[in-house]
Amino acid sequence: MKKSGNILFCGVGGQGILLASELTAEVLLSQGHDAKKSEVHGMAQRGGSVEAHLRYGKKVYSPLIEPGTADLLLAFEIMEALRYLPYLHEKSKVIVNTQRIMPPAVATGKTIYPENILEELTGRGLTVIPVDGFEIAREAGNVKAANVALVGALSTLLPIPEASFLTAIEKRVPSRFLEINLKVFKAGRKAGKES
Amino acid sequence: MAPKKPASEKLWLSGNEALALGAHEASVKVASGYPGTPSTEILENLSTYSNVYTEWAPNEKVGLEVAIGASFAGVRALATMKHVGLNVAADPLFTASYTGVRGGLVIVVADDPTMHSSQNEQDSRNYALAAKLPMLEPSDPAEAKEYLKLAYRLSEQFDTPVLLKSCTRVAHVKGVVSAGKIEKSKVKPGIERMPAKLVMLPANARARRLAVAERQGKLSTFAETFAENQLEWGDKKIGFVTAGTSYLYVKEAFPKATVLKLGMVYPLPVNLIRELAAGVDEVVVVEELDPFLETQIKAMGIPCRGKELIPAIGELNSAIVRRSVTGNAGPSGFEPVVVVPRPPNMCAGCPHRGLFYNLNRLKVFVSGDIGCYTLGFLPPLSAMDACVCMGASIGMAHGMAKALGDEGKGKIVAVLGDSTFIHSGITGLINTVYNKDYSTVIILDNRITAMTGHQPNPASGSTLMGEPANSINFEELCRAIGVKHVRTVNPQDLKETYDALKEEIERDEPSVVITRYPCVLIPSEKKRVKYPLHTVIENCTGCQSCLRIGCPAIHWHPLTPAEAQKRGYKDKQKGYAQIDEITCVGCGLCLPLCKFKAISKGDK
Repeated sequence: MKKSGNILFCGVGGQGILLASELTAEVLLSQGHDAKKSEVHGMAQRGGSVEAHLRYGKKVYSPLIEPGTADLLLAFEIMEALRYLPYLHEKSKVIVNTQRIMPPAVATGKTIYPENILEELTGRGLTVIPVDGFEIAREAGNVKAANVALVGALSTLLPIPEASFLTAIEKRVPSRFLEINLKVFKAGRKAGKES
Repeated sequence: MAPKKPASEKLWLSGNEALALGAHEASVKVASGYPGTPSTEILENLSTYSNVYTEWAPNEKVGLEVAIGASFAGVRALATMKHVGLNVAADPLFTASYTGVRGGLVIVVADDPTMHSSQNEQDSRNYALAAKLPMLEPSDPAEAKEYLKLAYRLSEQFDTPVLLKSCTRVAHVKGVVSAGKIEKSKVKPGIERMPAKLVMLPANARARRLAVAERQGKLSTFAETFAENQLEWGDKKIGFVTAGTSYLYVKEAFPKATVLKLGMVYPLPVNLIRELAAGVDEVVVVEELDPFLETQIKAMGIPCRGKELIPAIGELNSAIVRRSVTGNAGPSGFEPVVVVPRPPNMCAGCPHRGLFYNLNRLKVFVSGDIGCYTLGFLPPLSAMDACVCMGASIGMAHGMAKALGDEGKGKIVAVLGDSTFIHSGITGLINTVYNKDYSTVIILDNRITAMTGHQPNPASGSTLMGEPANSINFEELCRAIGVKHVRTVNPQDLKETYDALKEEIERDEPSVVITRYPCVLIPSEKKRVKYPLHTVIENCTGCQSCLRIGCPAIHWHPLTPAEAQKRGYKDKQKGYAQIDEITCVGCGLCLPLCKFKAISKGDK
């Protein structure tokens, strides 16, 4: 597989972005990579924008992804994908959870939520993989597992055996939620393969 | 959970987890501090290890004093805080520099350049210079752990407190860390009387001042051969001098360059820097925030460039460093597009929301403070007019009252949380009573230090180590201070709170209103079965009254005249509000705001 790479995770506080980035880091480390991950989570539980930078390779110095160098973007909320465009280049692949979460200015009627976001992304030549993570997780029985659906889609873009991801999930997810999370992961993986 | 793994096993840890492991491996016995992003998780993680006592102190000054006492008793001690916390702890810091230590004493201070979660971005390295203390600066989690262990050895070897500077991109970065050996201190715990060293009155302090000067000389000599001050020879055109995370950005941007990485940023290795300067065409200093290294290197008479190239404001990264030094912008991404901002918001059901809604209606000047409730500044609540530092709200309100006299009467309140009141608001309240004014102090008592992630405090009834503890009775405390008018209200009851506030604000004497309701994120509240409210959509007239509390569970849906008609509304109705039942916790704050019966109570 590629010897190094940059994966950017973005979304809204409370969406499980940190767990998703942890699972991905765990898998990359299991393949013998060095890795660093940077998070800003001072406001994570209060609905603000949240991001995590994950870099891997033989030896990683900086924990921060430079603008224009993210190979993969996992956007846990569709509008948040647009906010991180400066990190992407023409060959970046974008996995988008199609869920919308209203920011305060939209929820209070001061402005409207943008339309045609997927077109905005594909229009720039980006490879876009839309995943209805919320619906996948709801069908499996727990809407909070939507983050793992995105990791499922991500697993199709990294040349790493599925088993490594399953092992990481088993290690990280509490046993009472494990079955649902494995189900959500597989459904996310299927959605990733189909698009 | 604390990683209890055999030595040399590779672990994946955040900087704060690594610092906790480092404290464990250094056999730290007592650790105290006050929560503050990005430093909080150090003590939280350390509290999961055995053989170490950990606590949350009421503020950073007390935390450092506890650590100093433990050091005097002959054990290794740790104090942790964020950059602004070191301002609070500066008083004991400067004199502990004179007393020196018995058991190793390390102060971990975590800076927050770019102010991800802070009110300023001061550079803590200046404290090392001002207090004449050595400071180590790790660049990542693996170094954070090793440097903390080194710091304890240096502390005992040189009889000095040691500062270890972390920052957001060390504290909240995860990386690969190797578990190491447990190291024991050679100092014997116990009571040892040595007043000439520990009693800092003028005669003793003058003698200790000389000891500090001698120590600085020894540390400067030590710095020349300190293994963590590493000179990596490469391309001879530019020789970089750098430290901490800036080193990582330099390595990323200039992999082949000559780099002097300083593990100790104070005092500096003069000869090593001269050796570098002699071997390269030009010296460039790359450091975040202040020209701390640059100023000292220039004072050595060594020509260099630093802040004329590198920004002095905000965090650096490899792209900024490359661009600043070469003018080459490097890879570029897509142009940014304008996206609706997504600021943090008070949670659905947050007990602070109702209070700020009422303060907005009362049109008073709100002297604010540091906590989740600072978000009361944001629209639509828009009810905070000043916020400077922990505990300042009360003193500032008093100053305004003294400046304005009768003109300010009935127009000024101070607002602060339970933890902030305990941290440094109490002294302000004593002043308000003693020097007499008319301001109303509102203590938002949610029983937890919420903003930093729900640490227990002296009002919570439990400790960091999970022991039950006394819970401060604010009413009795305020009365003991001399406040005659103390009352407690439920902030979720809008009318009760409004009436109480109105009465107290108009009063001629100091008063305290305690708004008591638990934070919705504490475990007992999270577990409580929720009954979300329902929207009776056909009753909504689109008046938007419910939107004025800015609850994230209430969403506005705009309508065109045709859409309005189709839904059976009047043509001119511009939209309707709907409760998102996944987010709503059923607090009921919005119920009395709707005059059209469009909100109904949830099923029980």
